Amino acid sequence: MVPTEAYIILSMVLFAMGAMGVLLRRNAIVVFMSVELMLNSANIALVAFSRHWNQADGHLFTFFVITVAAAEVAVGLALIVAIFRTKQSINIDELHLMEG
Amino acid sequence: MLPFDFLTHLPAVVPEVGLTVLALLVLLLDLRLRGEDRRVIGMVAGLGMIALAVTPFIWAPVDASATYWGGMVRHDALSQIFKVIALLAGGLVALMTVETSEMGRKGEFFLIIIVSTLGASLMAGAADLIMVFVSLETLTIPLYVLASFSRRDKRSAEAGVKYFLFGSFASAIMLYGFSLLYGFTGQTSLYAIAEYLGSPEFSANATPVLATLVLIVVGFGFKISAVPFHFWTPDVYEGAPTPVTAFVSVASKAASFALLMRFFLAVFPYSLVIGGVEIQDFWVNLAAITSVVTMTVGNVLALSQKNIKRLLAYSSIAQAGYTLIGVAALHAGTAQSVASVTFYMLMYLFTNLLAFGVIIVFSEATGTDDIKDMAGLNRRNPWMALAMTVGFLSLGGIPPAAGFFGKFFLFNAAIEADLTWLAVVGVLNAIIGLVYYLVVIKVIYVDRSADENKAIPVAPVAAWAMGGTTIAVVLLGTIGTQIVFNWALTSASALL
Repeated sequence: MVPTEAYIILSMVLFAMGAMGVLLRRNAIVVFMSVELMLNSANIALVAFSRHWNQADGHLFTFFVITVAAAEVAVGLALIVAIFRTKQSINIDELHLMEG
Repeated sequence: MLPFDFLTHLPAVVPEVGLTVLALLVLLLDLRLRGEDRRVIGMVAGLGMIALAVTPFIWAPVDASATYWGGMVRHDALSQIFKVIALLAGGLVALMTVETSEMGRKGEFFLIIIVSTLGASLMAGAADLIMVFVSLETLTIPLYVLASFSRRDKRSAEAGVKYFLFGSFASAIMLYGFSLLYGFTGQTSLYAIAEYLGSPEFSANATPVLATLVLIVVGFGFKISAVPFHFWTPDVYEGAPTPVTAFVSVASKAASFALLMRFFLAVFPYSLVIGGVEIQDFWVNLAAITSVVTMTVGNVLALSQKNIKRLLAYSSIAQAGYTLIGVAALHAGTAQSVASVTFYMLMYLFTNLLAFGVIIVFSEATGTDDIKDMAGLNRRNPWMALAMTVGFLSLGGIPPAAGFFGKFFLFNAAIEADLTWLAVVGVLNAIIGLVYYLVVIKVIYVDRSADENKAIPVAPVAAWAMGGTTIAVVLLGTIGTQIVFNWALTSASALL
């Protein structure tokens, strides 16, 4: 059986990749995908811990996270489409109507 | 385990059930009503939420240490008072929006405000990691939509995207913290987690627990716009439609402080020692340092603002800093600190909504939200100028208004918790804060402008909402202070 540590290390790597993606990439869609990667890294950790403790709470948590992530996608993509309509660009460096 | 009895569990979620019914009602009205009748939608939403604010008192907490709905929610003093704050915030914002031309006739706007209030209300009572996460997102996701609600203003879409990207990043970090917390203990209930962390079965050293704590604090830091997670605040406050800004600044912040205090008291309690490290020491230092940085940065950056909403954004960062003083003082385990944060949030609810209410009416009439355009407001509408003055005096902490006692109780709690230096920094910051609040009052009363013969009309609904909040601010700062604070103190003692 694969030890729990292996899953946690995988989830940490994914989490770090997601966080770097958010901080370094400039395309709004890619930034958003990185956030989804972070959410899913948490899902992996939850499921792995759930197996480790031999109970279903973590699995249950994961279902809620997936549902919330779906809601977030719906809102997020709509917002990105809206900003593309006004700016013809989804580069987050170009979002600077407000300064100070 | 006791058999499930619906009627014992229902009182814990009466406001939420009411909000769901209200949301459906608003949807129905949105389908049926046409033309000028549509103002009824907003009235129903607003008055409905204010009426629901009574329910936490009618179905008052019975057993403060019991959890309901399978351990998901608690029904105690903390949840009671913060549910009232969330409901009043939602209701007053809805009433202030009814007569605005862009949002006032849109059923979906009020629907989303109600759903967001539902999230804030659940958050106040959440006692399980799953509930915390779901309620947090129920509060926040509607706010992303609301922030980008305006089609006329290009800044609005930009505000929405920025809020969304920062917000989802912060909640992902927080969620990872939750997953680790679950991993350490195998529990999702906040109270069971605390028990396990304190028990001898938990033998790990303190470092991973502290790291988890930091991840969770990042999420909270974003929600309450604490420095260094405040970058979204000015842009979102400026770009979002003003009623939305008002709601974000009050409901979202109050619910987050409620949850932060619950985490502080329940998950990492006073007595928790892991591997020889006192977790609370770490948390107190973290809260104290964040508090100092937050209020200083907020106040200093507010000094140079030209836009009134941006000014209030930095002001709200500073106010979060003051409130964190009360959170840092929690470690002494006194009811004083919980009560001071609660009182501050209650007074902040009325104060900030008052200030934003005036700005909603003002920018609706004039189409601008620059501070210099507010010149001569007292000649255009003396009542609005008076309301604005009361609001800003309260934010600045000048005696007749509630803000003075709000700050007084926070600083007092800090001194009782041996954090006198923090109280001193708070006082110094309050003095810097006074400068920019008084400048706005000066612009309103002293500066002249070419438009000052054009009166600004106030619709009756907005006038009632503003009048009510003004009276609440003054009452909380005068004869009501003792009653309300003592009530908060008694409720807080029941919690500890």
